This record gives sequence, structure tokens and C-alpha cells, in this order.
Amino acid sequence: MRYSGFRVIAEALTGHKGWKPAWRDPAPQAAYDYIIVGGGGHGLATAYYLAKEFKQARIAVLEKGWIGGGNVGRNTTIVRSNYLLDGNQPFYEFSMKLWEGLEQDFNYNAMVSQRGIINLFHTDAQRDAYTRRGNAMIMHGADAELLTKDQVRQMYPFLNFDNARFPIKGALAQRRGGTVRHDAVAWGYARGADMRGVDIIQNCEVLGMKIENGRVLGVETSRGFIGAKKVGVAVAGSSSKVMAHAGMRLPIESHVLQAFVSEGLKPLIDGVMTYGAGHFYVSQSDKGGLVFGGDIDGYNSYAQRGNLPVVEDVAEGGMSLMPMIGRARLLRMWGGIMDMSMDGSPIIDKTHIDGLYFNGGWCYGGFKATPASGFAFAHLLAKDTPHSTATAYRFDRFAKGLMIDEKGQGAQPNLH
Amino acid sequence: MIINHPLLGPRDSQEFVYLGDAALIRRPDGMADGALDKFIDYTYLRDNPAGQHRELWYHEQGDRSWLVVTRNTVSHEITAVELARDVARTEGRSK
Amino acid sequence: MSRITGGQIDRSKTLRFSFDGVAYAGHPGDTLASALLANGVRLMGRSFKYHRPRGVISAGSEEPNAIVELRSGARQEPNTRATVIELFDGLQAQSQNRWPSLKFDALAINDRLSPFFAAGFYYKTFMWPAAFWEKLYEPIIRRAAGLGSLSKQDDPDDYDKGFLHCDLLIIGAGPAGLSAALTAGRAGARVILADEDFRMGGRLNAETLEVGGGSGADWAAKAVLELAAMPNVRLMTRTTVIGAFDHGIYGAVERVSDHLAQPLPGKPRQILWRIYAARSILAAGAIERPIAFENNDRPGIMLAGALRAYANRWGVAVGDRVAVFTNNDDGLRTVADLKAKGLDVTLIDARQGDEVIDSAGRLGLKSITVRRGNGRTETLAVSALGVSGGWNPNLNIASNHRGRPVWSESLAAFLPPEGAIAGLSCAGAAAGAMSTHGALTTGADQAVQALASLGLTASTDLPQAEDAPVNLKAHWYVHSGKGRAWIDQQNDVTVKDVKLAKQENFVSVEHLKRYTTLGMATDQGKTGNILGLAVMAELTGKTIPETGTTIYRPPYTPVAMGVLGGRARGEDFKPTRHTPSHKWATEQGAVFVEVGYWLRTQWLPRAGETTWRQSVDREVLQTRKSVGICDVTTLGKIDIQGTDAGAFLDKVYANTFSTLGIGKTRYGLMLREDGMVMDDGTTARMGQNEYVMTTTTANAVPVFRHLEYCRQVLWPDMDVQLISTTEAWAQYSVAGPNARKLLEKLVDQDISDAAFPYMACGNITVKGTRARLFRISFSGELAYEIAVPTRYGDAMIRALVEAGRDFDAVVYGTEALGVMRVEKGHVAGNELNGQSSALNMGLGKMVSKKKDAIGMVLSQREGMVQPNGYRLVGVKPVDPAKALTAGAHFLAKGAEAVAVNDGGWLTSVVYSPHLGHSIGLGYLKGGDTRKGERLRVVNLLANTDVEVEIVSPHFFDPEGERLRG
Repeated sequence: MRYSGFRVIAEALTGHKGWKPAWRDPAPQAAYDYIIVGGGGHGLATAYYLAKEFKQARIAVLEKGWIGGGNVGRNTTIVRSNYLLDGNQPFYEFSMKLWEGLEQDFNYNAMVSQRGIINLFHTDAQRDAYTRRGNAMIMHGADAELLTKDQVRQMYPFLNFDNARFPIKGALAQRRGGTVRHDAVAWGYARGADMRGVDIIQNCEVLGMKIENGRVLGVETSRGFIGAKKVGVAVAGSSSKVMAHAGMRLPIESHVLQAFVSEGLKPLIDGVMTYGAGHFYVSQSDKGGLVFGGDIDGYNSYAQRGNLPVVEDVAEGGMSLMPMIGRARLLRMWGGIMDMSMDGSPIIDKTHIDGLYFNGGWCYGGFKATPASGFAFAHLLAKDTPHSTATAYRFDRFAKGLMIDEKGQGAQPNLH
Repeated sequence: MIINHPLLGPRDSQEFVYLGDAALIRRPDGMADGALDKFIDYTYLRDNPAGQHRELWYHEQGDRSWLVVTRNTVSHEITAVELARDVARTEGRSK
Repeated sequence: MSRITGGQIDRSKTLRFSFDGVAYAGHPGDTLASALLANGVRLMGRSFKYHRPRGVISAGSEEPNAIVELRSGARQEPNTRATVIELFDGLQAQSQNRWPSLKFDALAINDRLSPFFAAGFYYKTFMWPAAFWEKLYEPIIRRAAGLGSLSKQDDPDDYDKGFLHCDLLIIGAGPAGLSAALTAGRAGARVILADEDFRMGGRLNAETLEVGGGSGADWAAKAVLELAAMPNVRLMTRTTVIGAFDHGIYGAVERVSDHLAQPLPGKPRQILWRIYAARSILAAGAIERPIAFENNDRPGIMLAGALRAYANRWGVAVGDRVAVFTNNDDGLRTVADLKAKGLDVTLIDARQGDEVIDSAGRLGLKSITVRRGNGRTETLAVSALGVSGGWNPNLNIASNHRGRPVWSESLAAFLPPEGAIAGLSCAGAAAGAMSTHGALTTGADQAVQALASLGLTASTDLPQAEDAPVNLKAHWYVHSGKGRAWIDQQNDVTVKDVKLAKQENFVSVEHLKRYTTLGMATDQGKTGNILGLAVMAELTGKTIPETGTTIYRPPYTPVAMGVLGGRARGEDFKPTRHTPSHKWATEQGAVFVEVGYWLRTQWLPRAGETTWRQSVDREVLQTRKSVGICDVTTLGKIDIQGTDAGAFLDKVYANTFSTLGIGKTRYGLMLREDGMVMDDGTTARMGQNEYVMTTTTANAVPVFRHLEYCRQVLWPDMDVQLISTTEAWAQYSVAGPNARKLLEKLVDQDISDAAFPYMACGNITVKGTRARLFRISFSGELAYEIAVPTRYGDAMIRALVEAGRDFDAVVYGTEALGVMRVEKGHVAGNELNGQSSALNMGLGKMVSKKKDAIGMVLSQREGMVQPNGYRLVGVKPVDPAKALTAGAHFLAKGAEAVAVNDGGWLTSVVYSPHLGHSIGLGYLKGGDTRKGERLRVVNLLANTDVEVEIVSPHFFDPEGERLRG
């Protein structure tokens, strides 16, 4: 069923009786060519592109709970391609280009909104680093601008320019950055994959892997054994748990990242803003809530909830940047489990086990990567070679000393 | 969270800085054969369990003790707190 | 609609207030909602999507509908619940999300168009053409969306934070909470009793039930008096416990001044408390839920318990002709209480098969249509309808740790999960004990048990109270007609929307919530979520617990951002650290710069200088010509002592320190275990077992932490002790050809080149005061760093300046420091970026492979020793008139500005007054073999493209003759 304005009108006039399920709930088959473990954004996107772009069939997505319930359903919805390093920027720019055509591609309004992102800077050293980054972005085909303090003031006159501990000196801007309605990304991919024959199997937890002679044969699940020629794992915060079924240890720690939304407010902030002197970034959803976040709590956790110190730290950042939000109210806070990697960059790679592939280590940046991650993982699964924009996302980069460390923090995941 | 410091009693975790898995105590010998592979494992690979986790915390806003905290990563329950130096010695580390 | 007798309001005083510009009067004890109702105002807001007229439905913080903008100007508070606003004299409130007025709201057209705005309609349209989303559709949606508005002015009020500790935290001061508090308080335990209301007593204030033979409200008041007299009990009204965090830590917000026109002088608006509780009891009562029927959202339709509360507590009759629609005995109490107040009340009891199937009245309820069990329908003219679908235990906080609530068939409600939060138990209605007797008993019992687990003994002494059963027959929504029956009133989610979600397979509770926005409004679905769940359960043929649960994340009710931020605003966002010369520099009119938390002198302008460059150039030239003084106290200083100090340094530095002679200083390079440079600095050997390390300003704290880690965790038996002395010593650099002459005027020892050669260090005295002297140079000049105890820092800068008069000495700031270090080719923050190895910095030979230092092994990995990797180079413009820009990238001549041609970037750029042109340091691929090459540095952000020559990074005195002079 194709979605369109005409269809919405026609259904409205006939009592909405014609809408079909956005995806089916099939029973698992005995075996598939491809099993994608993880019905989050990346897993669903992988299945979608495997079917659509790489013309593969007999594909299943196995989801422990309900699809889209992990980080794609709990994030601050920001998309951008303002990375610095050669290993990253082409990939994120590819992702941005996929975002730009996504809704027409999968016929679902995910509200891709390129209202722009600015990264504020407060010191000369930050300005120099952003100049380096902005140039790298442009050389990789992305857009970037360096804004003066006055330009920032024109955009957001209510920021604290005059009484700040760390005065704003300017910003790096990417006009093509913005936000996307996060849940809709999962649903759009799910619907698109389902329409192309992918079996999306919810409430199906992977409990083990059948591996013989160095080759994966399938997965043991809460709904029985399911055979597979190839298994792709894209489970974000659960990466270490699932890959442990294959006896693998990963360069990943799971950490909780909290995010926050305020009560609905009339429009205040058009684009996305990150604060360079505190742990705070913010945008405003179409519904009116300020969506904001900051640092990870900083300790290993699978609890999907955080603690007060980070809540307060984020609020302090917000209040120091925008003292007008003092009378806005925080409505809800939540915690997602981040697959924090050892250099802050992801892995999309084969494993040493034939037929077993891994996609993870997204840290807290996985949402913006969703389309490219799915595309590149599908490419790897279908062709056994990495996608051209994801060649650096290898397991062996740590052994070889080819880390992709945007923040320069080294092998300490909670600092990335 | 509250960490029950073995010398100072219960302290808010906000006084501490977190490092990671206490397996970091077992630093390989850099001069031994095969040191490179061992260091790659040591530096980059983690068990990352959902459950009991022995981990290093540093009492930065306090007495500067490094502690080994045994904490459940699902419930956040803390069941043991030891001085890292004691643990390190138990694991055979010296000079 | 008017005031009736009774209630806990002070009729002797009148408070004036306004709503939408109309003046009204109320009394102390009123909420905005009760006062408006008393004035006959039922219409208080509009719904989010359809802009339906809405009035108050509850008498508490669960209110979804009656939300207003409170106050004006910079204190304007959007989305404030009229049901919890304590009335004060001069209160101003406005309705919100309507235009041009509350009665005539243009966007009410959405209600007529509601078939087009079904759940999730926006996911299916607005896709074509792609660019129209940002340009057309989204701006319209954004303008229409949102609820209230902020003033965009800085919040003028202060907020505080505080910490509290107790044996027992009791959340909620209704009968259960008071009973628990009395039990624990009498036993001597340290008790905190917190309630969001301004009056303790909970439902006892809203009921006519008896406790101990008298009125429940009187019993509550007496209990509060007794508790207030106990020194071990802290009573906190107007205090909302917002969430349960780990290990017995609770967040609570005390609204100190929200019941006043503005905070009293010196008082904060609110306080965020972090409560550390050994044990806690959740006694938060229960929240009534409605029954959904067609047009159940009109002003005048409210929860039956709220209708009763307005009559009993506030002396307000919402209507003179009233109906009550209930499926349980509690609704009968509303009938009885209102009848006792002389009102005309009709009962519609769902258990008898009677139902309300529709209502009428555009801006307020005028009539309801009732279908009796015998099938007959009738229309009743009423102006108020109370609805009770039963009560949900208010388990909100008990589910903060994601424990799964347990279904109770008898209550048709979820009970809090047992033990889901360590140390927390539940009592009273929150635990499903719905009678007054049940509340008093469970409250006392839970207190006894909590205290027992702490080793304290308590006994109970309970008053008599009713113990009536609930007698509920689950009834979620009226199956009737084609109209809309609201579940989530604020977000306009109806039974139809749930049905559509089911039809489209958004069946999981989380999918239902996200697709329809059920429970996502400012009330977080406290009244409506369970209805949505019940409808979905019916549609899928499952039970409610099979369908899902309702669990909640913090905060319990929305929390002002201001109170979470506390005092960390403006200049007080972070601490400010002043250097020992700060006072002197301020007197001199110095320009300061933020360096981490430090404020450092950036430059010191002199009269007549109009640009920063004039000042900086002068400071550099005069230093190189004669002598300059710079405060370098911010560099980290760590004393390292013990018999293994040298061996320890050999572990933590890539180069060797155990062989350093006593009285000597050496430059050290510290790596992370991954082989990247962590920090650099000089370390001096002051004695056989005594070293003094310096770190960069930025890394003073991380390096100290790292050294403690090495000492305690990696090499626990090393005899080495550390202490950070960054704050203990005021340290000044004295640099330039006359540096020695200047210092000789102050120090008591011989510091001639022979006695104190390059890289010497030692303990000296300055006019008798102990000091440390290091002959080290960052500027490339003959230079010393002299340290005196911090308390002499101010005197020292003045003494240095005074002694420098003969040499026309300058004091220079961080800019001049930066110029001289770039001229000299020293790496600093921009090069020490955490992504660079010793090899990248041209310091590869410093990494000794003869010892097991941190980072040595991994620095040898193949990817880190590539010949074409980044190497530090010097850069100068071919045309000296051209300026360089840090962050610009290297490109070969004629090469297109695309990533494959990217050769690296300029890390640091300064104008060298010595050379008369811009110079820079940069990381260039294979840079160590490319000296003399001509390249371009391109800054695409400013469209500059400058031809440069690659040179040695040592622009100035490459042989180091001056610093050895």
C-alpha cells in the first residue's frame, strides 16, 4: 500500500478502514539466507537495503522485544555529517545523502528536517579545531561554515552572550544537518523491508549461535532454532552479549546515555545547537518539546536509566547557555545503552567466523548513521566486501594502530 | 550511586572518576615475547558483562584511592568495594 | 456553580487574581483551579491537536487539561497545572495554545477536520515534493504545535540545591504516609515526610470520612502537629519526590516560593534536594481514572473524586445539577457527599448496566445522554459530571527502576512491583490498600518493617477508620456510537486512534504510545494510559497484563530546568581559578583568557596600544631583546618522592628519568597505553629520591590521576608517593637575555651559568624565602622558572616587576607565550590533540624501547609508524604579507580541494614579530622529508589559499644558543 496525501484524504472520508498493517507478524521459517539480529534502526535498514538495493531474498530480522525499541526509539534525533577524520566523514556524508532522499525512497514521512546544526566554540583552540574540521567536511563533499559571534547572535539572540563564564566566540555550522523523527525511521524501514518480503520477527531473542567448523549455521532463539547462511548482528548496546554467543570479546563497553525532553513549547529553537563549554546539546521537536542531552553517565551499564549527577550537569549546561529555559520544565528522561567503542568509531566487518558479520560500536552517534550503516552492512553481507565509505570500520584497526579517534581520547570508551 | 569506600565509608559516586574493567590491573609485560598481541587484547578488548562487573573507580574528590568496585551492570547494585592496591597485590602485581 | 459551605479555605481573606485578563477573587487555601471553578469558570484550556475546549478534570498534579501560562514577563511559566497553583494575591494567568481567544480559537477548525488528522497521519503524507517539508509543511506544523510559550528572557529567580540524609523517607503525607511517619517518628528514627501538596493529609482533606471518631482532616492536622514537634522528623510540604535513583538516592523539588508573587529577598524559587534514604516508603496514594465515552472531554466533566474534593476541601460546587458515572463504590461517596451539600445528584452506575454515552455543550457541559441498563436512553441536563473508572495505585516512582508492575484483578489495576527498588516499600492506596483503615495499617506496618531492617524497634497505635471494599467492575470505555471517546485528553488520543493503531499493527504498548502519542503529554498519561492499554487488550483478545504495563521514568511531575541547574549559571557556571598574579594583573588592566577553569593573562595592553597585536608583538620583542615575565602557575606540578621515584618515572615517561642527575631537569614525554602522546613537560630531580614533575595546564588533573593509577593499580609495591602541588607554588617564567641579571637581584644563591647551567634545578631562597628554581625555557631564551609558596605569589610578581625596571622588563601573557613557543617549534595543546604520537611530533626517538614504559609497545604498531604518516613541520608563507590560518589544510599546487589530496593541516599559527610574518606549525603527511617544498594551505571556510614553504619547526635559534647563554 502506497502512502500519500490523497490516500490519507480518501481514508479519512471512508472511516480509515483501508489501512493495512505497516508490517506483518510472520512466524519464523526454519531457515533464511540472511538473519539480521536486532530490529533497531540499523538492523531494519540493513534488511531493507539487502532486499531493495542488493536484491537479496529470504531475509529475517530477529528482534528480542518490539522493533525500534532500542536506541532508534530513544535518542535526540540529530542528523549531521560534521565529522573530522577520513575514516568517518565519507560515511556520514553518505548517510546524510541517504537521509535526504529517504522519505521518497521508502515512502514514509520520517520528517527529515534540515534546519541546520551549529557547534558553538568558546576558545581560539576550539575555533582552530573547527576550522580544521570544517575544511575536512568540505573536502569530503559536505557543507560547512564558520559563523562569527554576531551571526550566532542573529540566529539565537537569547543565548547568554554577555554574562557567560565561557563567552561564545562563534560556531561551526552545517546547514544540511537537522533532525529526523526517530521512531518513523524504524517504522519506515520496517514497512519498506516487509513490503519486499523480509520477515520481521518480534519477541524473538537470540540465545545462542550454532557454529561448526568455523562457520555459522544459524541461531538459537526464544522461538526455536533458525538456520541461516549468513548472520549479521546489529544490536548496539547488546553487542557484547550477542557476540559472546560466538565466543567473541569486543572492543566495546556498554554505557548509559541519558536524554531529556521538556514539555511542549511554542517555537524557540529552529535548528540544532551544541554547547562547546558544557555538556549540552538541544533541538526542538515539531511537537514543541526541547530535546536535549549531554554526556554519558560514564560507568558500564545495561540499566537503561541514569542518575542525577548527569541530569544536573546537563541542566547546568542548558541554563548557562540559555538562561531563559529556567521556567521550562523537564518532562521526561530516559537512558539508552550505548555500544561505546575503544576509539569512538563503529565497526562494520566480517568476523573470524564464516558467515558471521558484525555492526556495532556506534557510541552515541548511531542514529544519524542509520541509513549508511544499513546500506554498508547490507553491502558487506551481500558482497563480502566493505562498502567504499566504510572501509575503515574494521576490527583489526586496533591491532594495526589505525584508530579512528575523533576526540583523541584513546582506549577509554567513556571519554568518547 | 553510593560507593562504600573501605577507608572512608559511604560516598556519593559523584566524588569518583570511573576508569573501567578491573582487568586493567593485569597489564602485560612490555618486554616479553608476544607483548604486542597481549597489549592489543589488554588495551582494547572487554568482557563487558551484563551482570557482575569488577571495575576501577578513583576517589578524585577524596583520598585519591583507586578502588575495585564489584557492581551489577544491570541493577547497579554494589556488592564489594576494595582498595585496588590490595587487589593488585593479590593478583601478583608488585613493582 | 459557586462556593458552598465548608472546606479548608480561609474565607476571612480575599485574594485577587486574573485569568485571561478578567479579575476574580479567591481565598487562601484555593488553587487556581478551585478559585476559577468557584467563580463559575469551567473553560480553562484547549487541547493540543484538535483545540477542543477543556476544563479541569482532576484536583491534583495528574491534570492533563487545565494547563495555563502563569505569571508574566520573565517569570512566565508555560504549561502550569491550574490544579496545583496555590492562589496568591495578584496572580495572573493566561490560557494558552489558542488564537485569538480561548472561547474563539481559530485552530478549532482542526476538530472539524479530525478525520484527516487520525493517529500517525503525518507519517503518510507531506512527502512530495521533498523540499516542501522544511519550507512549507513543517513551519506550519511547528507554529501550530507546542503548548505554552517561554518569555525568551533570562529566568530572574535563583535556585538552590541541597542534600538530606534520613533513616526513612516517606513519599506522600496522606493517611498511609502520616501513619508511617508517626510510627517511625515516635520510634526516634530520622524521618523525612514529603508531599507535593501545600497541605498534608492527602485524600483526608478531600473526604468526609472519619478517623478516630473525628474528621479525617482534623486527624491529619493533629498528626502533622505532633510530627512537627519531633526534632527527628522533617516535614516537607510543596515538595515533590521526582524519582528514585540508585542506592536510596531520591530527587525532590521543594517549591519554596511558587505560592508567592515572587520569591522573598534572599530566597530561592525552588530547591533541588538529593535525599539519601536508608529506607523509603512510597505512600503516594492512587489516581482515579476515567471511563471513556463519546465527547467525554467537555469542561464540567471530571473525575468523581475531584468533584468531591472541590466540594469538600475547597467548598466549591462545580455544578448545581450533577451526575456521577461510576463502576465502583467510591463514586457513591461523591454522590453522598454532594447530596449532603444540597446538590441535585444523579447516579449512573455502570455495574447496573447504566452508561453515559454522549455529552453536549460546546464550551462547557450542558447535558449528558444516558443509556440505562434496560436500553432506554435519556438526556440529563447537568453542568457537572463526575466519572470514576476506579483508582490506579500511584506506583510511578516504584517503577523508576523498570521493575514490572503486577496486575490486580480485584482492583483492575497494576500494583507496584515488590522489591523493584532496593529499600523501598509501598503503603496505602499506592500498595492497593484502598480503605482508610488499610492506609493507616499498611503505613504503620511498613514503617515498623523498615525500621526493623535498620535495627530500630517501633510499635503501632492506630485510630479507627473505615475499611470499605472497593466493589469495582472493570469498565474502560463505552462501546457506542461513531463519535470520539477521549483517552489522552491533552494529546487528543481517542479510542478510534487505538483501534487504528491495532489495525496497522502498532500493537506493542510502546508502539501504541509512540504511534498515537498516548501518554506523551505533560501529564505522562497518569489518568489515560491504562485506558489505552485496556482498549488494546480488548482488541487483541489478550489480558491487560499480557498486553503490557504502565511504567514510568522520572520525573514524577515535570521539573523546572532552573532548579536542576541550580546556581551554575552565568559567571558561576563553573569555578574560576585565579593565578597568583591575578590581582596585580587586574591592576595593570590585563586582558584575561579562559584556560580551563583558570583565568590567565592573555596580554597586558599599554597606553596607546589599540590592537592586541601591538601589545603581543611588544611583549615578544621586548622579551627577546631584554627580559619578560610570565605567570606559569597553571602548569600542573606534582612532587614525586620515594626510593622508586626514578624507576616509577621510567614507567610513566617514554624516555628515561632514573639516570637524570640530581639538580638536573629533563623534558619528558608521557604516552597513553595506546601509544599516543598524553602529555609533556619537564621533570626535575631535586634529590636522590625526589622529583618535581610539571604537566600541561589542561592535563594537570588527568596526569595526576594517571600517576596514582600507575602507582596503586599497576605497580603497588613501588616506594613512591605523589602529591599535587599545583596550587602550592606560584611559578613565574623569567625569560630573555637579561633573565639572569634580573633574578640575581632577588635570589640569594649564585645562579651564574657555571653554578646553575642550562637545565639545572634546585631549592633556593628569595630574600630568605624558600623557592625552587629551574633553568628551563619554553621561549627559546635564556630562561628560568622560579617558584615560591603561593602566598608569596603576589609579592613575587611585584618584586619581579620591580627588579625588572632596570631592564625595561615586560610581563607577557599567553599570546606572547604562544608566539615564542611556535617560533621555537614546541608542541602545545593544538599539537597535543590526543590523536598524535611521538613520531607525529618529531619526537619518535624519545620513546625508549629498552624499558617497559606505558605506551611503548602499542606505539610500534604498523599503522603508527608509517613513513607517510603525519609529521610536525614548520610553515611560512612564500609571500610574507600573507597571513596563515590555523585549521587550514595542505594541498599540493594545482590540486583540487578534495579529501584524496588532503595533505594535513596547520595546527598553530602566530604572527612572528621577530621574523615579520605569519608562521605556523602543522601536521603534514611525510612532513619530515619535505622541507623546502612549496605547498598551499587552503581554508575553504574563508576562501583563502596561501602558498607556503615547508620549513623546520624551529624558526628561532634552531641551535639553542640563546637558551644556553
